[in-house]
Amino acid sequence: MSPLTIEELPPRDAGQDGRPVLEVEDLSVTFTRRGEQPTRAVDGVSFSVAPGETVGLVGESGCGKSVTSLAIMGLLPRRGVEVGGSVRLHGQELIGAPDRELRGLRGADMAMVFQDPLSSLNPTVPIGVQVTEVLLEHREMSKKDAVAEATRLLDRVGIPDPSRRLKEYPHQLSGGMRQRALIAMALACSPRLLIADEPTTALDVTIQAQILELLRELVVDTGTALVMITHDLGVVAGLCDRVHVMYSGRIIESADRHDLFARPRQPYTGGLLASVPRLDGARGAPLHPIRGSARDVIPWAEGCAFAPRCDNAQDDCLTEVAGSTVPLEYDGPGRELRCRHPLEYPRTPAGATASGAAR
Amino acid sequence: MTAVPSAEPLLRVEGLQVHFPIKRGVFVDRTVGHVRAVDGVDLAIDRGTTYGLVGESGCGKSTLGRAVLRLVEPTGGRVVFDGTDVSTLSGEPLRTLRRRMQMVFQDPLGSLDPRQNVESLLSEPLLAHGMGGGRQGVATRIRTLLDAVGLPSAALRRYPHEFSGGQRQRIGIARAISLEPDLLIADEPVSALDVSVQAQVVNLLEELQERLGLTYLVIAHDLAVVRHISDVVGVMYLGSLVEQAPSDVLYEQPLHPYSRALMSAVPVPDPVVEADRERILLAGDLPSPANPPSGCRFHTRCPWRQETRCDDEVPVLRELGPGHLVSCHWAEEIRDGLLAPRSAEEVAATQGVSVRPTGADNPESDALVQGLDAPIERT
Repeated sequence: MSPLTIEELPPRDAGQDGRPVLEVEDLSVTFTRRGEQPTRAVDGVSFSVAPGETVGLVGESGCGKSVTSLAIMGLLPRRGVEVGGSVRLHGQELIGAPDRELRGLRGADMAMVFQDPLSSLNPTVPIGVQVTEVLLEHREMSKKDAVAEATRLLDRVGIPDPSRRLKEYPHQLSGGMRQRALIAMALACSPRLLIADEPTTALDVTIQAQILELLRELVVDTGTALVMITHDLGVVAGLCDRVHVMYSGRIIESADRHDLFARPRQPYTGGLLASVPRLDGARGAPLHPIRGSARDVIPWAEGCAFAPRCDNAQDDCLTEVAGSTVPLEYDGPGRELRCRHPLEYPRTPAGATASGAAR
Repeated sequence: MTAVPSAEPLLRVEGLQVHFPIKRGVFVDRTVGHVRAVDGVDLAIDRGTTYGLVGESGCGKSTLGRAVLRLVEPTGGRVVFDGTDVSTLSGEPLRTLRRRMQMVFQDPLGSLDPRQNVESLLSEPLLAHGMGGGRQGVATRIRTLLDAVGLPSAALRRYPHEFSGGQRQRIGIARAISLEPDLLIADEPVSALDVSVQAQVVNLLEELQERLGLTYLVIAHDLAVVRHISDVVGVMYLGSLVEQAPSDVLYEQPLHPYSRALMSAVPVPDPVVEADRERILLAGDLPSPANPPSGCRFHTRCPWRQETRCDDEVPVLRELGPGHLVSCHWAEEIRDGLLAPRSAEEVAATQGVSVRPTGADNPESDALVQGLDAPIERT
C-alpha cells in the first residue's frame, strides 16, 4: 500500500461556512400496494450532517435505516412509494427534484457505498470501465485522463497494482478489494456527502478494520460528510461523531457517541448494548437479551413501538392511556429521546429526568 | 449416554485433511491442483465442554466441521468419536453414529424444508432413527423439545416462513437435539440473526449444554460470541490451526501474530476503549488456499515476520503454557516484546504485491478459488 495521496484531490467547497451538507427534515417513506394496508417504513426522520462529520444510523434489520438512505439518494422506485418531508443537499431540495437533476448530483455531489460489493458491481464489465464511467460522466475528462485518474483512485483506496486491476472483472477480486473498488468509485468526484450502507457487514474483521480505517482517513482528510448505516455498535463506537438509533421507522434516541455509550437512555439502546458479548469484559456473565424479536411491534400511532419488548414499559406508553403519541424530545444538551420511562442514572440531574418521566 | 466417564476426549481429530480438486478442461476433467481447505488439523474436545473455532472466511473452519460429520469426505487423517474412527465407517454404522453428532446450520431458513411444518420437521429424525416409541411417544417428545427451546406448542402446525429468524434458529436447534446427541456442531449459529436476538440464542445454547451435558464445537467468525460461549478456542488460518488456548488465556494474551491482529480488529462498543485501543492492521487479503505461501502461511501478512525461518520453515504447534499451543517461531520473543511489529504498509512493501502470492501468472485458477473465498452473507 503506497501512502495515500489525498491532498491531490482537494474537496470542493469543503468546510464551507460550517453549514450542514445534508439536512433531512421529517422524512417519511410509505410503501403502498393495491389491496394492502400501506406500510410506513420511515416516519418523521430528521437529522443533519456537517462537513467532515460522521453520523451513524443504527438499528436492527427492518428498522428503516436503508430505506432512509435510498430516499436521500432518490433511488426508491416512483411507483408504489410515497416519500414525504424534505431532504436538502447544501440547501438544494432533493425530494421531488426531476430525475435529470438528481442524476447530475448522484456520483458527483453525493455518492453511496452499498453493503454487498459483488451485486453492486456489474459482473460483465471490467472494474476500470466502471470506475472511469463516473469520471467521464461527471468530470468530463478525456478517456486517457480518466484511466490515469482511475489508477490513482484505486491506489488511493489501497488496491495494489491498480493498473492491472483495472482490466479485471469483479469476480476476480476478493471481497475486501471489491468494497475498496466501490469506495473508489464513490470517491471519484470527491463528493460532499458519502452514504455508506453497511459497508463492512459482508467482510471479515481484519478486512473490516482496513475499510474502516480508510473511511476514517477520508473523512478527516477531505471533509466529506459521511452517513454510516450499520447494525454493529462496535463500528459506531469507533467511527461516528453523532449517533441516531432507529426502531421501527423512527429515531428513538440521538446523542453524541460518548454520551450514548456511557449512558444509553432508551431501554432499547441499553438492551442492545447489554446483549452484545464484549471482548474486553468479564467472561461467563450471562447476556441480557431483549425479549421477543423486531417483529413484535405496535404501530407508533398506538404507542411506543418498542413497548411490547420493553422492561420499563408502563401503561402510559400506549397512546390510548397517555392521550398522545410518544414524542422525540430534548433530553439534555445534544441529546434527544423518544421514551416516557427512560433508563435512569444516579449522576444525571434529578430534575430533568423526573420532569421527562412525569409528562 | 456417557458410557465411559474417562479422560478420553469425546472427539479427537488427528491430522485431518480436506483437499478439493480443481478441475479444468472441456471434454476431459483434468485435475490441475488442489484447494487445501483443511490441511492437517489436530484437536480434541473433552466431554461437556465447548470448543470454539474462529477464523476469517475461507480459512476452512466450516469444512472442518463438515468433515467431522463426514458431510464432506476427508482426504486424510482421522476423526475419532468416542473411541470409534468415523473416517472408516460407512453405511448403517455411520448412520447410527450420526445420531450422536448433530449439526446446527448458519442459515435457519435455508436448512429447514419450507414445505414441512414444525411437527413434521421435528418428528422426521425421531422416526428415521426409530426413537421416541410410537406415534404417542413422538408427540410427547416433540412437545418437550419445543419447551426446551422456548417455543409455544402452537408452533407445531406452522411452517418455517411464519417464524422470525431467532425462532427459526430455535427450530434448527430443537431438531438437532431431538436425537439426544453427544456432540453438537454449530456452524455460525447466530451470525444471521439480529443483535438483540443473538443473545437469546447464545443463552439458549448455554442453557441446553448445562441441562443435557452436550459437547459443542462452535464455528464462528464473531470473536466476541466465541469467547463468550467457549472453554477452549482454536484460531484457524488457511486450513491449519495457528493457536489454541483456554478462552480467557487466548483473549488476554494472544501469542500468535494472526490471533493478535484478529483480536485487535474487533471493534468494541465503547468509544473510550475504542479511542486508545491498539490496532494491528494487516496488509492485504487471505492468500489463495490452492497454493498457500511456503514456510509459515501467515508470513506474507505478518507484521512480525523475520528474515530467517519464517519464509521457509513450517512452524509446528508448540505448547507455551498450560493448554496454550502456538505455531509461531518467534512467539516467545513477540510475547516478551523483543520484536517490534511493522506497519501494514511496510509489510506490503517488503512482500511486493503480497495480496495474491499465487495467482499472478494464472488469474483464472485464482478466480475459481475466489469463489470459495466469498464473504459470509448476512441477511
